Amino acid sequence: MMELLSFGFMQNAIMASILASVACGIIGSLVVVNRIVFISGGIAHTAYGGIGLAFFLGISPLLGAGVFAVTAAVIMALITKDNKYRADTVIGAMWAFGMAIGIILLDLTPGYNVDLMSYLFGSILAVPKSDLVYMFILDGMIIAYILTWYRQIHAVSFDSEFASSMGVRSDLIYMSMLVMSALAVVLLIRVVGLILIISMLTIPPYMAERRSNSLKGMMIYATLFSLVFSLVGLVMSYFFNLTSGASIIFVSAICFFLSLIYDRVRTSK
Amino acid sequence: MSTDYAIQVRNLTVSYGPKPALLDVSFVINTGELVGIIGPNGAGKSTLMKAILGFVKRDIGEVYIFGKPVEQTRGLVAYVPQRGTVDWDYPVTVHDVAMMGRYGHLKWWQNESKEDHEIVDECLKMVRMSEFRDRQIGQLSGGQQQRVFMARALAQGAKILLLDEPFAGVDAATENAILDVLTEAKKAGITLVVVHHDLATASEYFEKLLLIKQRLYAAGPPSLVFRQELLTEVYEGKLKVFTDLIKE
Repeated sequence: MMELLSFGFMQNAIMASILASVACGIIGSLVVVNRIVFISGGIAHTAYGGIGLAFFLGISPLLGAGVFAVTAAVIMALITKDNKYRADTVIGAMWAFGMAIGIILLDLTPGYNVDLMSYLFGSILAVPKSDLVYMFILDGMIIAYILTWYRQIHAVSFDSEFASSMGVRSDLIYMSMLVMSALAVVLLIRVVGLILIISMLTIPPYMAERRSNSLKGMMIYATLFSLVFSLVGLVMSYFFNLTSGASIIFVSAICFFLSLIYDRVRTSK
Repeated sequence: MSTDYAIQVRNLTVSYGPKPALLDVSFVINTGELVGIIGPNGAGKSTLMKAILGFVKRDIGEVYIFGKPVEQTRGLVAYVPQRGTVDWDYPVTVHDVAMMGRYGHLKWWQNESKEDHEIVDECLKMVRMSEFRDRQIGQLSGGQQQRVFMARALAQGAKILLLDEPFAGVDAATENAILDVLTEAKKAGITLVVVHHDLATASEYFEKLLLIKQRLYAAGPPSLVFRQELLTEVYEGKLKVFTDLIKE
């Protein structure tokens, strides 16, 4: 087991797990308490269009994904604000449209790119150092964001009308949460891949929420949960030669169901 | 513009789509009054609340808070929402909900001061929720939750409290507890505007009533508002109950 840690790729993978867990813990908690799971899924899948574009243009895929994800987040914030009742339909359409753009642009890109699968399902064991730098910067932005606006975010998430009555710009805070979710999506792509991101943003925070009386506490617990899930999934994927993203989600989901059973038994006592 | 009025609404018209929710509504509420807003479902009561908070786009008309346009008076009006609009699984304690009322007084780099904590404790005491301060908000009964929201509004230091159906779905004991808090807040000089559903208690609870169904049908003491022809017109089919009321 110890020899595992001597591999450079393993050290990178552990570092990536830590960085991703911070994003999961903070942003995932906001996603869960604001019930924007579907929107986050939409943002993640729209980002695929950006990856396709990046391959087509020969630029960094994470940059492409970032631009698409943030643009999608802003558009979705505007749509859900004015058109609450059919917003999910529009998000569903954007979700599919982003994927379609990605696939078409990849079709148009000469040569077949094997690396593509790693964006769909994640490949934490193959994260290069350069991506760790990106992830580190994005984490820094997320932490700065939450430290600066914690109270406003807390107030808007709990009761946006009350927050507005105190003069908080609830609409801007809401939009900022979606934009930060977009950044978290970009950060998590390497770890679990686009398709599985939703589970990383929801399972650890949900379990954390059951065990915490404050948003802060929820974020810390969620970070720890997702770190444990990532590391266990990572080791599992190494020893059994499994897809890392799927292994991480598998571990999370098993723990999630066990926690549901545990909570049920505990409350019935 | 006289500043004696806590709230002054002039020729207010608000519409969502082609049909106006409120049409040419004008009234004043004096500082320190306890006012009930009554009217049937869909009459525009909640819209009127939101207009006083400056949340809805007005087609025509003005809303003044202590003589100033509503947009310039953030923080003076606090809102106690209907129970149904809040997520009760949210990870927050009673104390922290009340502390949210202080957020408007804090800059982002400031921590909550000793004074903030004292104010919050004082407000929780006033609504008799001190002993529940560390409970998660979802573990309380409906009436207790309502009182926590009142504490939050009081902690905000607001001069006007708008309450949207605080008595809906609470038991008699809680109803009395809420009423006590309203009376105490009134004594402290706070103006209270309450959307209220139950006509049977309206005349007992409020010194002034606004009867609304899209238009303002009457404003004044209950004796003036509880007139058969008015109630018949506003409540249409459900009159029987109210004829009993008027006889009383």
